[in-house]
Amino acid sequence: MVTTTYMEAGRRALAEEMRRDPTVWALGEDLGRGGVFGQYAGMAEEFGPLRISDAPISEAAILGAAVGAALAGTRPVVEMRFADFALCAVDELVNQAAKARYMFGGQGGVPLVVREPMGMWRSSAAQHSQSLEAWYVHIPGLTVVAPATPGDNLRLLKAAIRSDDPVVYLEHKDLWGIEEELGADEPPGELGSARVVREGSDATVVSWSAMVHNVCEAAGELAEEGISVEVVDLRTLWPWDREAVLASVRRTGRLVVAHEAVLVGGFGAEVAATVSEALFGVLKAPVKRLGAPRVPIPYAKPLEDMLRVGPDAIAAAVRAQLLGPSPG
Amino acid sequence: MNRPNLDLERLADRHRRMHRIRAFEERAVAALEEGLVLGAIHPSIGQEACAVGTVGSLARDDLLLSTHRGHGHTLEKGASAAAMMRELFGREGGNCGGKGGSMHIADFSVGMLGANGVVGANINIAAGAAHALRLRGERHIVCCIFGDGAINRGPFLEGLNWARVFDLPVLFVCEDNAYAATTRTETMTGGPGPAARAEALGIPAHAVDGNDVDRVAEAATELRERVLAGAGPQFLWAKTWRLTGHTAVDKAAYRDAGEAAARWKDDPIARAAQTLRAHGVGENILSGHREAAVEEMRAAYEEAKAAPWPETAALYADVQDVGDPREAAFRW
Repeated sequence: MVTTTYMEAGRRALAEEMRRDPTVWALGEDLGRGGVFGQYAGMAEEFGPLRISDAPISEAAILGAAVGAALAGTRPVVEMRFADFALCAVDELVNQAAKARYMFGGQGGVPLVVREPMGMWRSSAAQHSQSLEAWYVHIPGLTVVAPATPGDNLRLLKAAIRSDDPVVYLEHKDLWGIEEELGADEPPGELGSARVVREGSDATVVSWSAMVHNVCEAAGELAEEGISVEVVDLRTLWPWDREAVLASVRRTGRLVVAHEAVLVGGFGAEVAATVSEALFGVLKAPVKRLGAPRVPIPYAKPLEDMLRVGPDAIAAAVRAQLLGPSPG
Repeated sequence: MNRPNLDLERLADRHRRMHRIRAFEERAVAALEEGLVLGAIHPSIGQEACAVGTVGSLARDDLLLSTHRGHGHTLEKGASAAAMMRELFGREGGNCGGKGGSMHIADFSVGMLGANGVVGANINIAAGAAHALRLRGERHIVCCIFGDGAINRGPFLEGLNWARVFDLPVLFVCEDNAYAATTRTETMTGGPGPAARAEALGIPAHAVDGNDVDRVAEAATELRERVLAGAGPQFLWAKTWRLTGHTAVDKAAYRDAGEAAARWKDDPIARAAQTLRAHGVGENILSGHREAAVEEMRAAYEEAKAAPWPETAALYADVQDVGDPREAAFRW
């Protein structure tokens, strides 16, 4: 077993896939010098500048070129630097990558991965902090992954690279340094499979990405009060593991969905609506969503902190559900 | 007229192929009026010399990225006219199974990697396809055709720069028909135009009379050779004129009638015919090209008309491997 950070897990996944498959290559700004956060450290030395390719600051060209390179038989891994910058390449991702396989009647596919470091981190303010996963889930043709742990980052990035379809791969910047013991041989994970992080019987809390850690903290706090929380990490937002969520809520009768993204139109709404439609008669309390208020992300730390859904807010939401009246 | 490189047989063949494109589009426009072609189509009537001259000069293994105005390019790359007509009708057996239509037509079996509904979007894709050829060590080129309107979009800058900095094997072709949709392009374009912009990015640019099929073909052939020889991306600016509207239903009333009439006299097919005629090619051969093309497209039309709609299962096919798209809609 090797102690591995979330960042190193991503590096390892890409390196192992590149050794396995000569058609895998990576492109993005500054990759030759390790990438903006160091996720590609040492890779240009091992794989050379053709396969760890620098790029001009041309997000549309980076993603558009990846679409062309994927249609022409390679498996590009695109580094977008910050998820926010991927907005400069929305046509390339949404109109081209996501639709090519379908609109060409299956003649060709677009096996590419778009790595988008997301989320609030070190007061990065409005253009370097966003969590836009819900947008991508809305687009047919895109797979959306948001791992919370080093092990999932390793296994799911491998799965994403092996996928024959475009994958939006959201790594949370605030997780780069977290560690996990990982084996020498870690096979690819399964896209669309959730993980029950902690079993519980009183309420289910669903989340993904960095928020999973806040939920776990809240669950620990609640356990001391005698409240048993089941924590579900979706890991993949499309496809998302409805069976796992429904099975959990059938047992607990209560659901809280927590995410860092803006609450309005967030993916939590999809989870909440699905559970409400499917399990109305089972629910002991109305489904509760937690997310950020609908404001751009401010720079000043006390203001930024006001947007964060912390363990206290999650614990309070669960307590409120347990106190609330049962429907009917 | 004096033409040192005139090869009558070759020009006659190009004349025949231009007629195929013209006949395909005229048939498609008629079918649109009948309600058989479903969505918008963008005819390239008057621009056939660009398609035949450029795409006709490619090798089968070269790759092609085209535009919303791409019927001629697609036919010239080797796609079947019958399958294309089925695609325009949205029928089974269309190149894309009836799911793409005119604006998303593609035939990967002949290296045609897609028309595109977004102006200029094919430029970055072409650069990336060339990047893949480089990575795979394949000795072909990518031909990327776009219109004059595309030079005002960001991908023109980003994609040309990309091809230059990575020295990629791309032949960029600006098929300049003078109009960006219904707007005269020159009124919306700063500076001297496509060639100067390409040269500013270090890509050699060559201007050619886009209505002279032999001249276009000579230029495209030479530039393709340069790309293959490792000279990096090349740029061809073929100046032509769109003889009909932006779409098949656009009567182009915004144009000066006198100019349009004058441009019809410069029809590239008529020009090729005139040269052939002047060199003794018989009228029966020239009209035979037209008649054969009309007959081929009539048959394609009849076949498409008789073809079934796609199976309903096609709705859900080829979205992506994971995540059943039906679940969300029909689960409860």
